[in-house]
Amino acid sequence: MTDLNAFTLADARDRLRAGDITSVELTEACLNALEGAGALNAFVHKTPEKALSQAKAADARIAEGDAPAMCGLPVGIKDLFCTMGVPSQAGSAILNGFRPEYESTVTQKLFDAGAVMLGKLNMDEFAMGSSNETSVYGKVVNPWRRADDTAELTPGGSSGGSAAAVAADLCLAATGTDTGGSIRQPAAFTGTVGIKPTYGRCSRWGIVAFASSLDQAGPMTKTVRDAAIMLEVMCGYDPKDSTSADIPVPDFEAMLTGDIRGKTIGIPREYRMEGMPEEIETLWSEGRRMLEEAGAKIVDISLPHTKYALPAYYVIAPAEASSNLARYDGVRYGHRATLAQGDGITEMYEKTRAEGFGPEVQRRVMVGTYVLSAGFYDAYYNRARKVRTLIKRDFDDVFAQGVDAILTPATPSAAFGLGEMNDADPVKMYLNDVFTVTVNLAGLPGITVPAGQDSQGLPLGLQLIGRPWEEGDLLNCAHALEAAAGFVAKPEKWW
Amino acid sequence: MSIDTDTAARIATLARIKVEEDALPELAQEFNTILGFIEQLGEVDVEGVEPMTSVTPMRLRRREDVVTEGGQQDKVLSNAPDAREGFFAVPKVVE
Repeated sequence: MTDLNAFTLADARDRLRAGDITSVELTEACLNALEGAGALNAFVHKTPEKALSQAKAADARIAEGDAPAMCGLPVGIKDLFCTMGVPSQAGSAILNGFRPEYESTVTQKLFDAGAVMLGKLNMDEFAMGSSNETSVYGKVVNPWRRADDTAELTPGGSSGGSAAAVAADLCLAATGTDTGGSIRQPAAFTGTVGIKPTYGRCSRWGIVAFASSLDQAGPMTKTVRDAAIMLEVMCGYDPKDSTSADIPVPDFEAMLTGDIRGKTIGIPREYRMEGMPEEIETLWSEGRRMLEEAGAKIVDISLPHTKYALPAYYVIAPAEASSNLARYDGVRYGHRATLAQGDGITEMYEKTRAEGFGPEVQRRVMVGTYVLSAGFYDAYYNRARKVRTLIKRDFDDVFAQGVDAILTPATPSAAFGLGEMNDADPVKMYLNDVFTVTVNLAGLPGITVPAGQDSQGLPLGLQLIGRPWEEGDLLNCAHALEAAAGFVAKPEKWW
Repeated sequence: MSIDTDTAARIATLARIKVEEDALPELAQEFNTILGFIEQLGEVDVEGVEPMTSVTPMRLRRREDVVTEGGQQDKVLSNAPDAREGFFAVPKVVE
């Protein structure tokens, strides 16, 4: 029998309801797995007592015949989510010791649906990074390794802890958040599934803010079916988030028919980047062929402003971050610097923020401050917002032409080595998000599905982008792609 | 345009982040790299295009102007580095 922690959400749910296993057994299997996985550095705050008490409660509910969607299923929570009484630091030293007095809406919804929390997952500081190397807790290591060497690889970022934990079977699924690709890129690097829903689907309340107009939460799972199950629980209107959408959440799992005959899939020519590795190019064509064989109609499309998405993002996201992160001032929570004789409040702010923020966060806060400053606001910030309008219009146009979903590569490469980008300039790291960032700027749903392996055996992902609010259709397309790709590889355990 | 160390120092001050004098040249260099990348936006014809304010067309909802979750002083202060007598405490602001 498969180790309990290696179950998918769907299988575990069915076994729990059939009475074959208990949530306590399932939870203990995960706790054992994560105890032995220190080398991955994925879980940074473990909550075994909370997990076991939630598991017992779930078992009681199941016994009474009251088993909601996630009842008894153990998951990991990205450190960006505020969880009551449990450290929630967003991977930053500036939130040292912070224990929220409240629960984020998304985690509350998961708990209401019976989910069990195993602990908090590592991430890039304030979700700013693509390699999980900017975390105050230290880097996360990808459970995958190249066939011919033992070099440590990045799990991607910023939801790298979530991706590594799911790939290594430390939990059945995990929450992630995605501002420019932070769910989809790590999912692609670890052979897992990650979906960022339409902006407004998941409440942002209680999620530490990075760039409020781009941030969305989503699930990171082992299969597309699991993504459908968990996403449905995470979604829904919340009066505490003024941008939360008050529209019904469909039964996503019921929409997984696998039938995509007659659907129109667009292949955007602008995503064929110069210098793109041949393996990525091949995978993309394979994906195209698979969807075509499943009965979809494939059309070539154009998204002319694609090239400007990354530069627009690197104005808008830092601008919003500089505003959001102004709250970390050493007054209300977290770290406060030790002051010297005669230091006033300004020194307190400046020293606290210099000590509490890591280099990448400082850089982005300052870039954001600059593009919002008098004299540059129009040239940078307003111009970027106009370009954002054009990027969204590109998508509106192709959807109006009848395209149901868009197929692209998920990342420009497979997982790279930890430390490999140390000497590169910051812009080189930003290029990781080249295929994912457009989706955040346009507020669309996007999902990555593992679709193949490179010559070194590392997983590669494909991305599908859907119409706004059509996550059900998008998941169904992804389900068809997943079935055709038949990706079943798992990392060999070395940790 | 190019960012010099004086501008880098001014940005750090605006952002309320202490940056040591000797770190300024490298910081200015990093800003220049990032801004150089952003400069591409200048190529786009944005004549007559509205800057995006909301990615999905929606009106912000209004609510009654009433207290929703009030009276939680202890919880509000529980994470403060320095809280005294029911207040957040900070270094002296006025002489």
